[in-house]
Amino acid sequence: MSKTRVETKINGEQMEFLCEPQQSMLDVLRDTLRLTGTKEGCATGDCGACSVLLDSRLICSCLMLAVESNGRQITTIEGISRGETLHPIQQKFLQHAALQCGICTPGFVVAAKALLDENPNPTEEEIRYHLAGNLCRCTGYDKIIRAVQDAAQTMRGEAS
Amino acid sequence: MQSFAYAAPETVQQALDVLAEHQGAGRRVQVMAGGTDLMVQMRLIDGSPRTIVDIKKLAETNRLDIGAKEIYIGAAIPGAVLTASKPLVACLPGLVEAVDLIGSSQIQGRASLGGNLCNASPAGDTISALVASAGVCVIASKGGQREMPVESFVVGVGKNALKPGEFLLGIKFQRPAKGTADAYLRFIPRTEMDIAVAGAGVSVTLDANGTCTAARVAIAAVAPTVIAVPAAADALIGSKLDAAALDKAGKACSAAASPISDKRGTADYRRTVVGVLCRRATAIAAGRAKETR
Repeated sequence: MSKTRVETKINGEQMEFLCEPQQSMLDVLRDTLRLTGTKEGCATGDCGACSVLLDSRLICSCLMLAVESNGRQITTIEGISRGETLHPIQQKFLQHAALQCGICTPGFVVAAKALLDENPNPTEEEIRYHLAGNLCRCTGYDKIIRAVQDAAQTMRGEAS
Repeated sequence: MQSFAYAAPETVQQALDVLAEHQGAGRRVQVMAGGTDLMVQMRLIDGSPRTIVDIKKLAETNRLDIGAKEIYIGAAIPGAVLTASKPLVACLPGLVEAVDLIGSSQIQGRASLGGNLCNASPAGDTISALVASAGVCVIASKGGQREMPVESFVVGVGKNALKPGEFLLGIKFQRPAKGTADAYLRFIPRTEMDIAVAGAGVSVTLDANGTCTAARVAIAAVAPTVIAVPAAADALIGSKLDAAALDKAGKACSAAASPISDKRGTADYRRTVVGVLCRRATAIAAGRAKETR
């Protein structure tokens, strides 16, 4: 089977890879590029564990063909922190213990970033609706919501 | 043996050529917009090789035009773009609320109105809203373009009226006149992200006295396809949308329904609920119509 050459920007870095036409972005991120922070949960777009930003729009990478990323920009969980400095959303997830097993966490962080980039001051209801496509079977969501609210406050430059 | 391939044509003609070439050679080909249904079907139902034709790079499938007389929505525009369009929300609030009900934020980033229509699910949220607002499919065909009302486009469970070699470019509407508004309601057992047990799309036009002069009603998830219910529209037209008229329209919807029983609800339950949804959606559409007068 002939592979297709794809040029894309991932987390700000120009990348090039070969893939098969039917391969998902998620499979290429994890298996070809070894960016294993993005998780596979359901692989059918229901759980949000594979959330990435495609040109700053939130999507499930399991529902996107890798070939479609040609000439586009992708942000994965690996691109959220600044080097060793965690993004406020990541810091607040730790501070609020908004995770237990952790497999859903990268997806939640990416989805929360997409929300706060668009809407710096969301209501609790807006946060819950926006994150409804991310499933977590450990936390019961409450701590996640509080972490996102606190991160939003920090990002707005208000003391918490 | 055929292997997987991907094509991302940049003109309608190129897309038609790829489709025709495959059709001529007896090779499998499938059009993709947002891919949120296609990718799941490929993974869970049928993973056999095909050429995927991505129509997201075409100007015609990405154009959103709110004209003085006509509205055009490109088939491949993701839900997130449609729900963020204030002019579209102002013109077709019911259609936009139907779009907004499809999936999570992640799905909204990719899933398109055209894809939801072509996928032709009996429970497709946007389809009854499209029928209620008299949407017309603009189809790219070998000989040029052809048009077809949305209500004739869906012909069975998962089946649409596209012929081999054709694809959907977009959907157009007459811009709603003053006093016209639409609404869509569905019932699901939870508050978000589920498949409709029943749904109803309604569009009404009210004159200065509050009399309904035109109406369209369509119901979802209660028959093999979304269906228009002219008897429900007739019950509304000429009335002031009082309780008696709404009740009559609701009963017409229940009578027109031919639902199945499944894990989401029994046939009887669906028949009842679709009547309630028709009444409530009509009341919402009427409230909006008054505001536009």
